[in-house]
Formats: sequence, structure tokens, C-alpha cells
Amino acid sequence: MAVTLTVNGRDVTVDADATTPLLDVLRNHLDLKGSRYGCGLEQCGSCMVLIDGAAEYSCARELATVAGRSVTTIEGLGTPDAPHPLQRAFLEEQAGQCGYCLSGIIISAKALLDRNPKPSRADIVAALDKHLCRCGTHTRIIAAVRKAAQMGAPSMGAPAMGAPA
Amino acid sequence: MSDTLPLSILNNRRLETWLQFRPDRTVMLAVGKVEIGQGILTALSQIAAEELDVGIDRIAILSGDTDDAPDEGSTSSSQSIEVSGRSVRLVSAELRARVLGRLAQRLNCAPEQLSVDDGVFLQDGNPTGHDYWSFANAEDFAADIEGTARPKPQAAYKVVGQKVPRRDLIAKVTGAAFIHDLVRPDMLHARVLRQPSRDAQLQALNETAIRKASGGDIRIVRVGDFVAFVDADETTVQRAAAAAPGHAKWTGVRVLTPLQQEASWFRDQPADDRHIGDPAPPAQTGTIQTGTIVSQTYSRPFVAHAALAPSCGLAEYRSGHLSVWSHTQGVYPLRNSIADILGLQRAQVTVRHAHGAGCYGHNGADDAALDAAVIALQIPDHCIRVQWRREEEFGFEPVSTAHMTSLRAVLDDQGRPIDWTAEIWAGSHVQRPVFGGTMLAHEAMPNKPPPAKANDPTEANGGGGTRNGFPLYDFETKRVIHHLALQTPVRTSSLRGLGALPNVYALECFVDELAERADVDPVAYRLSLLSDPRARVLIENVAARCGWATREPAGTGRGLGLAWSRYKNKAAYACVAVELEVDQDVALRRVWCAADAGLVINPDGARNQLEGGIVHAASMTLKEQVTLDGDGITSLDWDRYPIMRFSEVPEIDVVIVENPHLPTLGMGECTFGPTAAAIGNAVAHALGVRVRDMPLTRARIAAALVR
Repeated sequence: MAVTLTVNGRDVTVDADATTPLLDVLRNHLDLKGSRYGCGLEQCGSCMVLIDGAAEYSCARELATVAGRSVTTIEGLGTPDAPHPLQRAFLEEQAGQCGYCLSGIIISAKALLDRNPKPSRADIVAALDKHLCRCGTHTRIIAAVRKAAQMGAPSMGAPAMGAPA
Repeated sequence: MSDTLPLSILNNRRLETWLQFRPDRTVMLAVGKVEIGQGILTALSQIAAEELDVGIDRIAILSGDTDDAPDEGSTSSSQSIEVSGRSVRLVSAELRARVLGRLAQRLNCAPEQLSVDDGVFLQDGNPTGHDYWSFANAEDFAADIEGTARPKPQAAYKVVGQKVPRRDLIAKVTGAAFIHDLVRPDMLHARVLRQPSRDAQLQALNETAIRKASGGDIRIVRVGDFVAFVDADETTVQRAAAAAPGHAKWTGVRVLTPLQQEASWFRDQPADDRHIGDPAPPAQTGTIQTGTIVSQTYSRPFVAHAALAPSCGLAEYRSGHLSVWSHTQGVYPLRNSIADILGLQRAQVTVRHAHGAGCYGHNGADDAALDAAVIALQIPDHCIRVQWRREEEFGFEPVSTAHMTSLRAVLDDQGRPIDWTAEIWAGSHVQRPVFGGTMLAHEAMPNKPPPAKANDPTEANGGGGTRNGFPLYDFETKRVIHHLALQTPVRTSSLRGLGALPNVYALECFVDELAERADVDPVAYRLSLLSDPRARVLIENVAARCGWATREPAGTGRGLGLAWSRYKNKAAYACVAVELEVDQDVALRRVWCAADAGLVINPDGARNQLEGGIVHAASMTLKEQVTLDGDGITSLDWDRYPIMRFSEVPEIDVVIVENPHLPTLGMGECTFGPTAAAIGNAVAHALGVRVRDMPLTRARIAAALVR
């Protein structure tokens, strides 16, 4: 079936089974590889995307449930040449080891900063607690989110690509 | 002097294997070590930039490629800076010397008059009109590396020792970056139906039911008892694989019991027994005239690598050549295994490294690559992409063996050990495919290999079960008795530190217990037994920072514990103190660490590794255990194999004690053992009761309290 949704500010129509996981749609139908497969069980957070501005797992989310909705992936935040303040903060803090968890974590951090631009450490920890990081980079990741908040970008939304409603 | 050259150079003598100057004014550095999240490629680039005197941004790096990069074995055991780093330093210094020597002849000047500024050659500080890219030629590379050029003195370093950001992180925070993200022409997705255990035979497979469950028209590949589902659509094969176990009937499946998931199970298993160190048998009660004999036993269960990403492998067979992409730790060993198993010449197989999630050892990476290769031979002219499922990674990766260490000390009248025995029971800590191990797909194929052979690294290579088994304290007499189990209930192989974590846990917990017995403060007790000055500095540093002098009495529910080790007894030193609270569970509050790794190439990367090791070890010590029952591993998802979360991670304060004039020591694993033991000691301090078997879960703590 054909499902129309907005991905990173662009309207797209996907012809796929209604029960196809959103993660598969993003990665294989739309070639957006930044959302990552970790478990398929909504347990690790590697696949996190914004759906209408809220951080949501995409690995077990069926395509039909996002029809007409706005999905933002890590590619919708920034690019290597024009990184989003969060991406910049993660690079400045070198907040990564293997980096597999980072795209999902940055998505949750964006959802947090959009609703709470000045989060406490406890706020950050609470927002990221559904994410797993196996390399033990947690303290740097927390520092990077704090740094992004301090950068206080006037618009933490996706640059020029349309922030989610 | 070839006998002093590092192994990496001895195995790859030609200069052009390592370095090339490219027309775009970059330098291609080719290495055999691979990036597994530890930042190695940045550190190696720093070393090359330093010795060649080119800007770090000019170093392009190629790593892990059996066609175009040197063979440096596996990326393991914290040896990449010690071995590969030393090699890159010697190779770069030699090439620089050769090129400048030839330029000096051309300009009729002394080599000492020449210098290099970002690759541009100067004579007495003035331009010569030459640089690496215009002047270096085939003659400079047409030689075996002699290792005679003198690298720069440490005092002249400008790039080594500086914080240099990792270039690979940019892709990882913006989009595609991993092997999982590779897209190749004619790509097909594949999933595997795993043979439950090596001698299991597939009696029946309801292909119709699996096709129906897939919702598509999948291709089913069968080679012996190896079964794979292949299609252009990934979702379809994922559905097939999820449904397949319910439609497969196996016979000869091994049966496991939960008894086997504890290290104590190994005590009664057939083993290869070795006695190392002092030849006398361990002290038995009554055989020693003077001295009290004290003994305790500690253990860690089977634990998983638990990479965040299930393994992935790509392979394509075109015109008689097999190309494989893998996040393996060793492209050459994997190439050799794949060629041998599939009956191909090694020259017919290329293995290239692609980034995966952190592996911390030998996980499913190599197996997934072989899966893809087996399928590729059946479906040539396509790229076969095998993605393991989460339960597949947890259920079938080689895990780290359960490990039990029993310590026995004969004490003098001051309560100080004069005779020390560590008796160790464990399965193999390393069973890579080229090291006695077997690969999953191979076990399901008609030419299946003989059973895995129990194996462990030699003592010269740091040992496996015996790693850090010998204490570095000044005890007069020390011995290690190692019982290497001939069989394990599930496949085992290398995980960060091998036996170091359980052995340091045992050693440093036992030292605390002996200190308490002698009624001496544990830090003072350690210092009274230890003459190694580098270790003493770290212990004093951490004790001062963590407020050891004002430590509360035991049993308040709040604990402060400290431990140290020198990884492999020859790599980096680390001391760790942990402050925690125990209510029903253990809650870590703060961690202090001091480490000494000699000359540190990239301090920021080093710090990242030290911190990561602390969190990883804490997770293992407090939470992790692979559970066994029925036909295999039952801890198949993150609920049943929990790891440390953001809300559980303590504040961490890491200090690197600088010793830049001393050789670099591998430090990726050095915080592992000390963290575990510091937690053990802090829990004992909090409770007034010792918990000797990891993980220190609520259930184990409760059991210890009622003993």
C-alpha cells in the first residue's frame, strides 16, 4: 500500500506493506541509514526518531501508524558540513567511542532540548535512560548535551528543512 | 637489527606496504589494525604525522584490507599502540630519513641542514623547492625496512601527546557510517536459521510455512544444515527468520542446565592442568610449620560482548573472486579461515574491514562474514548482506568463559603473605577461528570441523585464564595453577581483558580481606607489600583524591573501595576507587581513577578508553550474566541481559599520570580489573560482608547477608 508521510521536512510516499517497520522504511526505502537497528524490540534506542517532535522507537513501529505524520531522523538535523548544534557539541566533546548509539541519543536529546532548553543533569539522564551505550561513553554524552544546551541555539529545530510541528 | 623490529614490520617489510605519497598532497598510511571504537586510527595518524613532519590532516588512513594493507593479525589485547604504533613510528622515520638523505646528496649538503615543514623540505630554514610529493620516488620505497632510522626524541613532539579529534565520529553523528549501512550493486538481504548446536541435524524444515510467514517470495539456501533466507527486501527475510525456528525440527541438540552457567561448574570438568611459577605444591593445612593459611574463592559467570549492533557481513562472488566486508578484528585471519572453509585459494578472497559497533573482543563479526560468504557462493554476482538478529547475537556469539579463582596465602606473624597460590578454573579465553575455535556456519556444513580445541594465549602473550593471575606484590613465593577446561557448554572466546577482570577481582578483594584480618588499613597494607614505584604513585594519588584518610567505618551502607593492577603485568597501570551505596541494589556514586601508560599518544582518546573501561567493568561486575538452559543461551535480549544505563553511571574523575619519557603501554583494558575489584571492596565496606561471586546483584547480596 502507498503511505504518505513527511520525512525531514519532505513529503514522501512509500509503497510498502502497512506493517513494515518504520526503521526498514527509513533505511531501505528512503536510504536514510542514520537510524540504526539494535534490537527490534524497543529496548536499546539505536533506532530513535522524532515523530511529530517526540522521540519514538522506529524499529517496531508499523508504517501505517505514521501516515500523514512528520518524521525526523538524524539526517534531518544536520550534515557533516552543517552540523546541528547537538551534533557539533558531540564532536567538540568527542562524545563517542564506537558511535553506534549516538544518532538515536542525539534524537532524544533534541526532543529534550526542544521542550526544555535548560535541562539539569537529572533531566538529561532521565531523557536518555531508555538508550543503551555499550562503550561507556555516558559521562561525555551527558556533557555534550549540556554543551549543546549552553550553545543556546535560538532554533534547535532542523535547519531550513522545517522543524516538526 | 631485525631481531628488535616489531612483529608488524617483520611480517610486512616493504615500505610501500605502509606509506604512499599521493598526488593530492596527502599521505596514505596503511595499517592492519582496525577501528573498533577505541580511536586507534587517530593515534596511528598522529604518530605518522609526527615522524614525517606533515600536518595530521594530510594523513589518509587505510586499515584492514587483505589486498592493500599490511597483515598485523588481530586488533586485540591493547597491543595496537605498542606494536602497530611502534611500527608506524619506525616506518615513518625511515622513509623520512631515506628521502632527506637523497635530497642532501642532490643539494650537496649535510642531512642535518634539512628540515620538513608540513611535508615541504627546507635547507637551513629556507625553501628548497622540494617536498615529499615532488621529490619522493620509487627508489625511496624500494627497500626492506631496516628499522635503523632514529625516530624523533620525545621532547620534539608536536602532534603526539596532543588532543586530536577523531575524524570518523562525524559520519557516526550524522548518518551512514557502519558496515550495516553499506549498499552495493545487486544487493540481497539474508538471514540465517541457526543450527541450535554443533551436532544438531535438521530433520525437517517447513519451507512453505516460512515462505508464507515472510510475506514474499524468498529464496531459501541450504548447505548441509546451514539454512538462509534471501531476498531483495530486508523486511521479508527478517520475517522469515523470526518464524523459521518454529518450522524447523532438529535432532541431536545439546541440552544445557542452569548449573552450567556458574563458574563453579568448571571445578569438576576435565581440564588441561598447568602449574606455573614456584614449583612447590600449594600450602596445605598442617604442612607449614609457621604461618597461618587463608583461602578464599571468587568467580565471574559467563558474560557477553553484547555489542549494541548485532553482527553484519557482506560478501559477493564475482568471476571466481570472493570479496567480503566485515567488522572483524582481523581481516587476514578471517580471509584465511573463509578460504580454507570454502575450498578457495587465499588469493581468491579479499576481506575488507568496515566499522561496526564496539565489539570488545571476538563476537559474532567473523561468523556473520562467513554466513555471507557461504550464501554468496550459492548466489554469485550479487552482494549478500547478512544481518544478525538481536537474539542471534546474544544466543550465538562466542561468550567470555565463566572463571573461578581460588586464592591461598600463607601469612607471616604480621599477617603478610609469604607464599601465594592462585588456582584458576575456566574455559578458553581465546578461541578465534585461527586459534582452535570454530565458526558457526562451518559447523553446519557437510565439511564440519572437529570440535573446538581448548586453547589459551601463552604466558608470554599475557596468558588467558592466567592473565594477571600472578600478583605484583612483593610476596616471596608465588604460583598459579590453571585448569583450562577441555570443553565449555557454549562457545567461548576473547572479551576485553580475558582473565584479568576475574583474577584482579579475586586478588584485590583478597588483599582487602587480608588487610582487614591483619587490622591494617587496606591502602597502607598494599603500600607495605609493594615496591613498584609507578604503582605506588597511582595508589597514593587515588587515595588522596577520594578522601581515603577519612573513610567511614564498615557497615554503614555507604562504601569506599580501592584496587589497582598493571594490565597483563606488563601493560598500563591503573588504580580505581569507587564510592557507592547499597540499599537493595548497589548504586555507584563516584569513581576516581589514575592511570600510567607511559607516553600517551592522544590523551583525550586515552581518557575516553579509561572511562569506557570503568563503565563496562562496572556493568559486568554489577549486572551481567549469560544464562543457560534447555537448548542454549536464554539471556537473549536486553531485558534478560541488562547492562548499565545512564541513570546508573557514576561521576568519573580520571587522571593520567604523565610519563612521556617511558614507552607507551596499551591501556584500553587497564581499568577493567581494578574497577571490578574496587566495587567488590566498596560493597564489602558498605555491608561489612563480602560478596565473592559476580555479578553483585540484589539476589547475591541478599544471599551473602544471610550466610
